[in-house]
Amino acid sequence: MKKKLRGLKLNHRKNTENSATVEFPLSAKLTVPMSMNMGAPCVPLVKVGDEVKVGQKIGDTDAFFSVPVHSGASGRVTAITDYLAANGSVCKAVEIETDGLQTVSDEVKPPAISDKESFIKAVRESGSCGLGGAGFPTHIKLNPKTKIDTLIINAAECEPYITADYREMIENSEDIAGGIKLLLKMLDIPKAKLAIEANKPEAIEKFTKMTENDDSIEVFTLPSSYPQGAEKVIIYNTTGKIVKEGELPSDEGVIVMNVSTVSFIYRYTKTGMPLTSRRLTVDGDAVGEPKNVRAVIGTPFREILEFCKTDMENVKKLIGGGPMMGMSLPSADMPVVKTTNALLAVKSYDERKPTACIRCGRCVNVCPLGIMPAEIERAYKIRNIEELKSLKVTLCMNCGSCTYVCPANRKLAETNQLAKMLIPRK
Amino acid sequence: MEKLIVSPSPHDENYMKTWKIMLNVIIALMPAVVASCIIFGPRALLLTAVCVASCIVFEYLCRKIMKRDNTIGDLSAVVTGILLAMNLPVTLPIWMAVIGSFVAIVIVKQLFGGLGQNFANPAITARIVLMVSFPSAMTNWAVPFYYKESAADVVTGATPLASGDASYLDLFLGNVGGCLGETCALALLIGGIYLAIRRIISLAAPLSFIGSLALLTAISGGDPLYEILAGGVFIGAFFMATDYATTPITTKGKIIFGLGCGIITFVIRSFGSYPEGVSFSILLMNILTPYIDLLTRHKVFGAKEAEKNEG
Repeated sequence: MKKKLRGLKLNHRKNTENSATVEFPLSAKLTVPMSMNMGAPCVPLVKVGDEVKVGQKIGDTDAFFSVPVHSGASGRVTAITDYLAANGSVCKAVEIETDGLQTVSDEVKPPAISDKESFIKAVRESGSCGLGGAGFPTHIKLNPKTKIDTLIINAAECEPYITADYREMIENSEDIAGGIKLLLKMLDIPKAKLAIEANKPEAIEKFTKMTENDDSIEVFTLPSSYPQGAEKVIIYNTTGKIVKEGELPSDEGVIVMNVSTVSFIYRYTKTGMPLTSRRLTVDGDAVGEPKNVRAVIGTPFREILEFCKTDMENVKKLIGGGPMMGMSLPSADMPVVKTTNALLAVKSYDERKPTACIRCGRCVNVCPLGIMPAEIERAYKIRNIEELKSLKVTLCMNCGSCTYVCPANRKLAETNQLAKMLIPRK
Repeated sequence: MEKLIVSPSPHDENYMKTWKIMLNVIIALMPAVVASCIIFGPRALLLTAVCVASCIVFEYLCRKIMKRDNTIGDLSAVVTGILLAMNLPVTLPIWMAVIGSFVAIVIVKQLFGGLGQNFANPAITARIVLMVSFPSAMTNWAVPFYYKESAADVVTGATPLASGDASYLDLFLGNVGGCLGETCALALLIGGIYLAIRRIISLAAPLSFIGSLALLTAISGGDPLYEILAGGVFIGAFFMATDYATTPITTKGKIIFGLGCGIITFVIRSFGSYPEGVSFSILLMNILTPYIDLLTRHKVFGAKEAEKNEG
């Protein structure tokens, strides 16, 4: 019998699941960072004073592990600044004063795709990265060294609040189906599994019907426990394959892609419009009208929050992403980036003071990977690197379940990340 | 908005906090407290109150002297106080109970670093210290409902483990001599089930403890039901062998812990000079807990075994 991975029951709070996506009116000024995903930052291709058009490439680099950046509006470049991202990294950002005309660039035309090579080249040019939040460059994921037997489409969306992927499934289901077929054909993969968490019955029903006559696509229902969307967890639950320490999913013959990314790639091959806007869920107890909005990349969060009637005075915490793995933002003036799947504004938040570990074992019994945060914390305290290695802290994916369940408010997930840094890389 | 709180994820939290866990344990002990008052009279309540109050005072003073955060708000001292009282005979002099609280809170708990750091169960250790220090006072078992008799002297008798002649019903309802909280198996069972339903405790240790004791008794030709109902098996299994700090973390570890307790209790009861072995068995297994923990670690998903001859 297959071993069941541990998980966490969360209150889903998908308040916006029935909110159709609202187009956010174009902001007067955009700030487009040159690094929004994993990989090397881009170098701006424009100077102050340049005119830019919608879809025009404004940043690129020769680095392989990187994707270009495009403008989401027509207008004029007013500044090139240093930008501090929420994760603490610094890169350049292009500031664009929009003219409201939204003139589309001549560069925007459907790419010529004839084979795998031209397809992957087109995917890179689209500026695509994983839209689920991690932001892994798509063209690299699609070009593994090994033979792939299953394409897993990650539609778990296991974090509370977020419904951006869900709305994609409801609103653009044809694009998703088209994207899956395109990927299977281009990469010569025999089958795809569209994995949806059980808390989205409408999406499951819709896609089950749509793929009835297609043997290559299977709709797979994931149990409703957190974190189903974590790569190793979703691979194991859909295929039974275990991605071992140090391996990539492709080593097990699997590629996992976010559902919205697949949908975007399909649209790109049809229209040639690169990744310049995205859907994000705006929610949290400070938000008066929770919504799903489609915003141009570079739009300041402050405007989106005001658009959703947020009680700006009393916001204590802003989160880019979900409440479990999202990053807390230092300022509302930061812009929407490619990986922003949600923006949460929270007013009822008190800082939690850690108290003594009572060894209740809740962290140990919730970790989906069987890591033991309580033991790691002890080893970290005395800087016992050998012990940390044998406790496999490097495998921690920072899903946050341990900190969430800790009755003593201990920051276990954070300690795991700090402990990882003590272990020298090979 | 001016000052946004920036902290690492996750930003959500569970509602279950340390003090709520302790409160649940206190609630689970209430049936036993009530039963002890019914069986042994008002002095049982007095003894419980003294233990709780002295535990809180010792905890407060200890933290104060050691210049550490005040922790009486986490309610763990209250739990220790009640558990200690449940382990004392009703006739015990008050000052001895206070010494018990001192041993439990100051020596066993705070000197080792406070909540979660103690390697031995405070209440169990205090009971054992009192038992070897004041053996006659600690084995002066009042008969149930003695307080309703008009006689001036407290009537005492043997515990069912020593006498071996109580009925199952008397044992189940607690109509026998013994410590305050250990006689009424029914009340302890209600508390244990409550904790299990609230997911405060895992039943792995209690079931393997009671199960192994019953099995060994049956094999040796004894009466398994009598053995598990008499003495401190239920309070030990549900409230002491499930203590977070002093028992293993993983389910596998908890089962080993429970088996060990069952085996040691059986050996002491059958071959030792003490009629009762629950306290010693739990204390001995407490000492083994770090080793059990080490041997029962979870296998990490997808982890590769450490390379051999790595140094």
